[in-house]
Amino acid sequence: MSFRTTRSARRAPSASGPPAAALPPSAGSPGAPDAPGGSGPTAAPRAPRTPRAGRRRDESAWGWLFVSPMVLVLGLFLMLPILMALWVSLLHWDGRSNPFGGQAEFVGLDNYRSLLTEDGLDRTLFVTSLRNNAYYVLLTVPLQTGVALVLALVVNQRLLRARSALRTAFFFPSVTSSIAVSTVFLFLFQGSGAVNSLLSWIGVKGPNWFADPRGVLSLLLGALGVVDPDHPSGPLADHSLLGLSWYQWLSGPSVAMCTIILLAVWTTSGTFMLIFLAALQDIPRELEESAALEGAGRFQMLRHITLPQLRPVLFLVLTLGLISTWQVFDQVYVMGQGAPGNTTLTPAFLSYSSAFDDADFGQGAAIAFILLALILCLTALQRWALRERDARPGRTR
Amino acid sequence: MTTRTAAAALVTCAALLAATGCSSSFGDSEKTKQDTAAKQHLTVLIATSGDAETKAVKDAAAAYQKESGNTVTVDVAKDMNQQLAQAFAGHKPPDVFYVNSDQFANYAKAGSLYAYGAGIKDADDFSAQLRASFTYDGKLMCLPKDSSTLALAINTDLWRKAGLTDRDYPTTWAGLKRVAGKLTGGGVTGLVTTNEYQRLGVFMKQAGGWVTDAPQTKMTADSAQNAQGLDFVRSLLGSGDLKYAQQVDTSWGGEALGKGKAAMTIEGNWLTGAMKLDYPDVKYKMVELPAGPAGKGTLAFSTCWGVAAESAHRTAAVDLVKYLSSAGQQLKFADAFGVMPSRTSALTTYAQQEPDAKAWVDSAAYAQGPVTIAGFDKVLGQFNTDLQTLRTTDPKTILAALQRNGEQALAKGD
Repeated sequence: MSFRTTRSARRAPSASGPPAAALPPSAGSPGAPDAPGGSGPTAAPRAPRTPRAGRRRDESAWGWLFVSPMVLVLGLFLMLPILMALWVSLLHWDGRSNPFGGQAEFVGLDNYRSLLTEDGLDRTLFVTSLRNNAYYVLLTVPLQTGVALVLALVVNQRLLRARSALRTAFFFPSVTSSIAVSTVFLFLFQGSGAVNSLLSWIGVKGPNWFADPRGVLSLLLGALGVVDPDHPSGPLADHSLLGLSWYQWLSGPSVAMCTIILLAVWTTSGTFMLIFLAALQDIPRELEESAALEGAGRFQMLRHITLPQLRPVLFLVLTLGLISTWQVFDQVYVMGQGAPGNTTLTPAFLSYSSAFDDADFGQGAAIAFILLALILCLTALQRWALRERDARPGRTR
Repeated sequence: MTTRTAAAALVTCAALLAATGCSSSFGDSEKTKQDTAAKQHLTVLIATSGDAETKAVKDAAAAYQKESGNTVTVDVAKDMNQQLAQAFAGHKPPDVFYVNSDQFANYAKAGSLYAYGAGIKDADDFSAQLRASFTYDGKLMCLPKDSSTLALAINTDLWRKAGLTDRDYPTTWAGLKRVAGKLTGGGVTGLVTTNEYQRLGVFMKQAGGWVTDAPQTKMTADSAQNAQGLDFVRSLLGSGDLKYAQQVDTSWGGEALGKGKAAMTIEGNWLTGAMKLDYPDVKYKMVELPAGPAGKGTLAFSTCWGVAAESAHRTAAVDLVKYLSSAGQQLKFADAFGVMPSRTSALTTYAQQEPDAKAWVDSAAYAQGPVTIAGFDKVLGQFNTDLQTLRTTDPKTILAALQRNGEQALAKGD
């Protein structure tokens, strides 16, 4: 994953870099390139000059030497386990024999097949977990990004009093252990807990949050009289896709899941606020000043100066958010373990439970790899959607 | 540039292959070499229900240490399934450990358990249902460390307030329905229990059905008897005389009973300790569950003492298990944390010592042991999930799903 740096000067003037003509003019941008003396980037790249080539080889050897500890650590503790898990996902492994010794039965893509194409409990559980997680991502990512951006804009105000106190307060949930926060939320959202007591003061009878498997969209549809949530019927209940009826697909996140969404937004927006804040403070003052001179209002300033400048950081925040929300595990492990009614089941938790509770390690690994593929695809899609467009629509001012 | 990338990839692959080849943790040891020293060191891994149980097991291990000369270390697991799975995969399992009934078949199938049952001379003394549950491929793999059965707990104050007497203790389904209806009202629900087959299954049993046949080789979930049992539960749910624990904002039946939200609940003998600890002022009485159309029925639960097939101290480990599952030791455990002995001989003594536990002891005679089939954790988990919607779903639909899922898991396990 590469995050584009806005400042061209940050690009290391390496010998294999693009010719200087391709670089945008660096004049005026802060931090002049610290080009090593002598080897100017203007040199023709193809000129066969022996001392230069020799030095290049030397440099690369040293380079490899310097990165070798990290390459080794990553290879040994990241790449190797990933490849081993990929192999296990093709086996029917009982968790005891040597998975590389040939005793474990090789089943090819069977584990993937039972998750994706064969009608049965495995697929139903997996598809249910995907549905739950999709709703979770769909709500959590925009909410946490929006809240983080608003918080960052607020605490970036130069005239705001007690700025650092506010920054600390907003950032605080992020440094707290997610297990501890989840446990506190369990108490807050009990049927007779603090949240429902608060709601009762304004005359609202709160639901039994963590025990409520009803989807919020189905409640909405029920309130509108479209379907009866207790006895769904009609085309929604008759048609099904991948083992779940349309009604189940459309019923939305359950009340219990919404509580977890709330928790996730509350804990992560502080982290992302910090990232946005750093980016906001990086926006050159001159830009804002000249915009102010042109007579731009606060909203116009936000729309045409601040947000475009934040685009790379926005991509970073959205990507980090997307990845971490698809991998949600600890809150689910503490708060529901899939209950009520499998509505808080997520692929990450399902992978864990099929491996350790059902001793089906192959399937657990297969779920993890499908999840990985999904995250990669979605990140690529998002990268494409947020790409820098060269030709911007002209604005009339 | 491309050649360099290719070279880097090649070097990485070579390094990875070398690392795989060198990793010794997956060594194949068909027969673990046995330690023959006179004094051996044993490790025990338990998943404890609380400090009382931890202390009781540690005390027992210390006593065994004195008697035998072997040393014993008792460890408490935080996440038993995960820790055991890791230990088996790493070929460093504890010598003796708790085996939960829902994991038993998974371990037995993988060959992680040492089948020591044949070497236990007085194995017949252990409850027959539990022995059946811990038998795999015709071999008794491990000894049940204790037993628990379900009975009906009644809040006596609420009982009297509703104008009921000792003669009204329900003995039939009709009787249960009647008293539950009388007890319901004013913030109290007649009967509260959790939405699990581990509780509601008693009604399937009382109607003459069960999830599988007796040798656990065939699914019998979609039988008319099972449907009849769940239909009865559904009728109670419909009238509001039975509620699930979560509906009354509690996590289990004992909590509902203690908080006065339930007049009756279906729980096992762990209830005694919990009530003593959390609700010492609530008076309650235990009676046997009412009989259904096919007679009496209840469920039994247990955990067994597993010995690792890859333990280097199998003889000493079995010796320790014999000590821990002896009648005297089981009675000590019963006293310490409220479990029932799994030996029939010790059960009689226990009944004399604990007259309040009579209902549970008497239920042991006709109790159904837990389902122990490999890969069934998710099948039964899904069944529990479906039972949550029993109020609005036809029991036949739920049971048909269980039948289908169970058959698939059985087919996959073969």
